[in-house]
Amino acid sequence: MNSISRYGWRKLLLETLLIVLALLMLYPFYLAIINSFKSYQEVSASLLAFPSKPTLVNFSHVWNEMDYPRAFLNSVVITVCSVAGVIAFSAAAAYRLVRRPGRTSSFIFFMVISSLVIPFQIVMVPALMVARTLHLVNTIQGVILMYWGFLVPTALFFFHGFVKTIPYELEESARMDGCGPFRIFFRIVLPLLLPIATIITIIDVLAVYNDFMLPLVMISSNTLRTLPLAVSVFFTAYSFQWNSIMTALTMSLLPIVVFFLFMQRYIVRGLVAGAVKG
Amino acid sequence: MLILFATFVLFPFFRSIVYSFQDWNGISNHIHWAGWSNYLRMMKDQTFARTIIFTVEYTVTTAIAFNAFGLALAVAFNSRLATSNVLRTAFFLPTVMSVVIVGYLWSFIITNIFPEIGRATGIVLLQSNWLVDPTHAFWSTVMVTVWQGIGYYIIIYLAGLQSVPVNLLEAAEMDGAGRGARFRQIVLPMIRPSATICLFLSVVNGFKSFDINYSLTMGGPYGTTQSISFQMYQDAFSKNLFSYASAEAVVFFIILSVLSLVQVSVMKRREVGA
Repeated sequence: MNSISRYGWRKLLLETLLIVLALLMLYPFYLAIINSFKSYQEVSASLLAFPSKPTLVNFSHVWNEMDYPRAFLNSVVITVCSVAGVIAFSAAAAYRLVRRPGRTSSFIFFMVISSLVIPFQIVMVPALMVARTLHLVNTIQGVILMYWGFLVPTALFFFHGFVKTIPYELEESARMDGCGPFRIFFRIVLPLLLPIATIITIIDVLAVYNDFMLPLVMISSNTLRTLPLAVSVFFTAYSFQWNSIMTALTMSLLPIVVFFLFMQRYIVRGLVAGAVKG
Repeated sequence: MLILFATFVLFPFFRSIVYSFQDWNGISNHIHWAGWSNYLRMMKDQTFARTIIFTVEYTVTTAIAFNAFGLALAVAFNSRLATSNVLRTAFFLPTVMSVVIVGYLWSFIITNIFPEIGRATGIVLLQSNWLVDPTHAFWSTVMVTVWQGIGYYIIIYLAGLQSVPVNLLEAAEMDGAGRGARFRQIVLPMIRPSATICLFLSVVNGFKSFDINYSLTMGGPYGTTQSISFQMYQDAFSKNLFSYASAEAVVFFIILSVLSLVQVSVMKRREVGA
């Protein structure tokens, strides 16, 4: 049907061009991976050559020196707790705000939504002061609490729009059958919110897991570092041992690449939906 | 939930404005009202002026690149190539990664691999260290930003392109509309919503840029690649100029809100309801 199918050579040319571009896109990863298998001598000799005697010594070095397992665990704990909290809070809040309309609800919604235009950088300094007063600086809980505060507005906004589309009759009939408000929320409303919850989860997981600025200003002790922060410290400390640094980068990019390859369809769909709605 | 939100977002926001009129270094107990002095100082501050100029140039350049390349590649992917899906993954992969880690990866490539490639191929441009030359460092940040983020813009444009009805294009073709005419008259107006989103995202993200400046160039050489966020971070946490950083934050906020208001109103008017 498509007129483009008539121009066979054109398509071939386009495809070749795109393949070359895609290879260029991936080339940095290739470089990072090959150099993480080289010894220091080999790295100093050539960075482009394929490793002649592949070694795993860099990996164990990074594993211990960067305290990789702990950094990874910190990242995972922070991501999971932050996102779970954001979903729970904003789903419940949105449900309540939609089902109990009134001046208070509108005011709360307006206040929360208006903060969508405030990026983290603007409130960074005073937010840190608040955290210091509450003794939350340099704690995992503090970082998680902050993410709740910063990510809830967007999530609430999405949920708020979505709850409105759920027919009220469904809940009414459940109430007739003797369902309490909490059971209605957990058994009936929450499952219906699943599509939008998936989208928010994907967006927020990527945002929290990859975030750098908040951990940078909040965390100072080495045992609490997240993965990006640990890489940053490692990079500064070993700035000339390129083989170790490439190993650190390869290892810290690996989890997200695996996550991406398994979840690709959901991630792409979720990010598109999120961008279109936001 | 509300309490948390109020403690970490709303309260700091207003506190930020208050700080900006005070004189505080973040540690001492003596806080004085300083009136407009922080703002006056900012007007005279050469560094801040350079930071603003860099951020604007960087934002404009990356926004143009994201939207031009993003749209072009989306059009290419939309023509149903045999390897489309695999290729899309390659372009999208960097987008899900931490910008900081990507910045470190590229700082290694630019400072070490580029000269090696330059020596091997004889390309003079690649032989110098890009990150110590202000012009090259600027283009390095732009290049890495585009490399990292392009996948996101491709998929948003692609989603827009896929929503263009095929029969509309076929009808136009029957009426004798050429490839270029079809693209200009049908496709472009119909992907306006995607364009709004992409422009908005690219400009806002450009202004908020921090990670790449931190990891790739550290704001250098000589502070020429310092973004607004980066300078705010430096002033607040390295130089202990808390109130000055707050004043910068207020200016930053004003710029961002004006920008988004203008953009939304301009683009909304141009959209077609199809």
